[in-house]
Amino acid sequence: MENLLNIFVRSIFIDNMIFAYFLGMCSYLAVSKTVKTSFGLGIAVVFVLFITVPVNYLLDNYVLKTGALQWLLGEEAASIDLSFLSFIMFIAIIAAMVQLVEMIVEKFAPALYNQLGIFLPLIAVNCAIMGASLFMQQRNYGSVLEATTFGLGSGIGWMLAIVCIAAIREKLKYSDIPAPLRGIGITFIVTGLMAISFMSFLGIDLNKVVGETEQVTPAPEANPAIDDAPVIEIQATESEVE
Amino acid sequence: MSALFSAKNREFLLGPLSKNNPVIVQVLGICSALAVTAKLEPAIVMGLSVTAVTAFSNVILSLMRNTIPSRVRIIVQLVVVAALVIIVDQLLKAFAYEVSKQLSVYVGLIITNCIIMGRIEAFALANKPWPSLLDGIGNGLGYGMILVIVAFFRELLGSGTLYGFRIIPESWYVQNGGCYLNNGLMIMPAMALILVGLIIWVHRSKNKDLIEK
Repeated sequence: MENLLNIFVRSIFIDNMIFAYFLGMCSYLAVSKTVKTSFGLGIAVVFVLFITVPVNYLLDNYVLKTGALQWLLGEEAASIDLSFLSFIMFIAIIAAMVQLVEMIVEKFAPALYNQLGIFLPLIAVNCAIMGASLFMQQRNYGSVLEATTFGLGSGIGWMLAIVCIAAIREKLKYSDIPAPLRGIGITFIVTGLMAISFMSFLGIDLNKVVGETEQVTPAPEANPAIDDAPVIEIQATESEVE
Repeated sequence: MSALFSAKNREFLLGPLSKNNPVIVQVLGICSALAVTAKLEPAIVMGLSVTAVTAFSNVILSLMRNTIPSRVRIIVQLVVVAALVIIVDQLLKAFAYEVSKQLSVYVGLIITNCIIMGRIEAFALANKPWPSLLDGIGNGLGYGMILVIVAFFRELLGSGTLYGFRIIPESWYVQNGGCYLNNGLMIMPAMALILVGLIIWVHRSKNKDLIEK
C-alpha cells in the first residue's frame, strides 16, 4: 500500500510530466490561455492515461516482452521477443482507446463530451500519453495496479501543471512585459521558474517516512535521465537529530 | 537543376531555420527539444533523427496524399511515422548504442513529436513530394539548430565540457585550488525552459514582426 502511495505521489510531484520530463508541452503551451479550457483538457488527459497505461502494461507483459507469449504458445515461445514493435503497438492502442473513450463519453455523458469535444482527438498525439506508456515499460512496474496508479498520478500531475500555468497566464495579461517576450517567451520562463520550485520535492521518499526502509521501491531514477538530476541529499534531518 | 532549387523551394528549405522556426516560432516539438539538451552529443543525434523522420514521412505521405481518405488520415500518418521511428531506433541501437541509451524514451517520443504531425498536416498533404522533402529537411534542421544552441550553453556552463571535450581547465576548479564551480542548475530541466525563453527574446527583438500583440 505504501508502495502504491509512493508511486502516486512521486508521479504527481517529483516525476511531474511537465516540470521534470517536458512531456505534453505542445498542448500545455497552446491550450493554457484560460483556466476553464485547460481544466477540461487536464481531465481528458487524466482519463485517457488512466485507461491506456494499464492496457499497454498488459500488452507489454503478455505479448511484447521476451517470452511473454508463453501463456499462449507454450515452451517454444520462450525466445520470441516482439519488443521492437512496442512503439507501433502503443500508439495504435492509444489512438484506438482515444476513439473508444470519445464514443463512450459521447453516449453516456453528453455534457462532459461537449466540454471535452475538441480536446479528445488531440490527445492521441499528446506526448504525455505516449511518454507515460514508455516510462511504464522502462520502469518495469510489478503489477497492473502499480501501472494504473502511475498512469493516474502522471495525469493528475499534468493537470496540476496546466491549471497552474493557466491561472498565472490570466494574471500576466495585466503585466508590463518587454514586447519581444510577450506571449510564448514569458510562458517558457514562468514554466522554468515553476520547475525550479517543483525541484524542492526531490528526495521525498514515502517509504522512508513510513519507516519501512527495507521495502525500498526499485531505484527511483530508473530512467538513466539525460537530465541527470543530481539527487539533492537532505542533510537537515541529521543535524536536527543532534 | 535550377528548377529544383527555385527561390520558392529555397524558401521551404531555409525559412524554418529562422523566420519560421518550428520550435521558437511555430512552438512545435518542445517536448523532446528540452529533455535531450543537457549534453551536445545527444542533442545532435536527436536533431539528425528528427530531420530524417520528418523528411521521409513528408515524402511518403505526400506520395500517398491523393489516396488517403481524410477520415482515417491520422491513423495512417501515425503508422507511417511509427514505422520510420522504429527504423531509426533500431539503427541507433546498432550503431550508436551509448547515445541511444541516453536518449531513452525520447526516441520513441519522436512519433508524437508535434513537428512531424504538424508538417504532414500543414504541408505534405497539400504539396508535391520534392517541396515536401525540402520542407521536412528544413524543419528538422531548424529544430536541430535550437537543440544545439541550448545544449551548447547547458553543457559549457553545467559541465565545463563541449561534446565531451573539456573546455574549462581542471585546475580552475575549487577542489583543485582554483575558484570556479560548475553551475549545477544548468543541467536541471528547469534551465532548459528558461534558456529557450531567452532565445525567443533575442530572436523576436531581431524580428519585430513576430512580436505578439
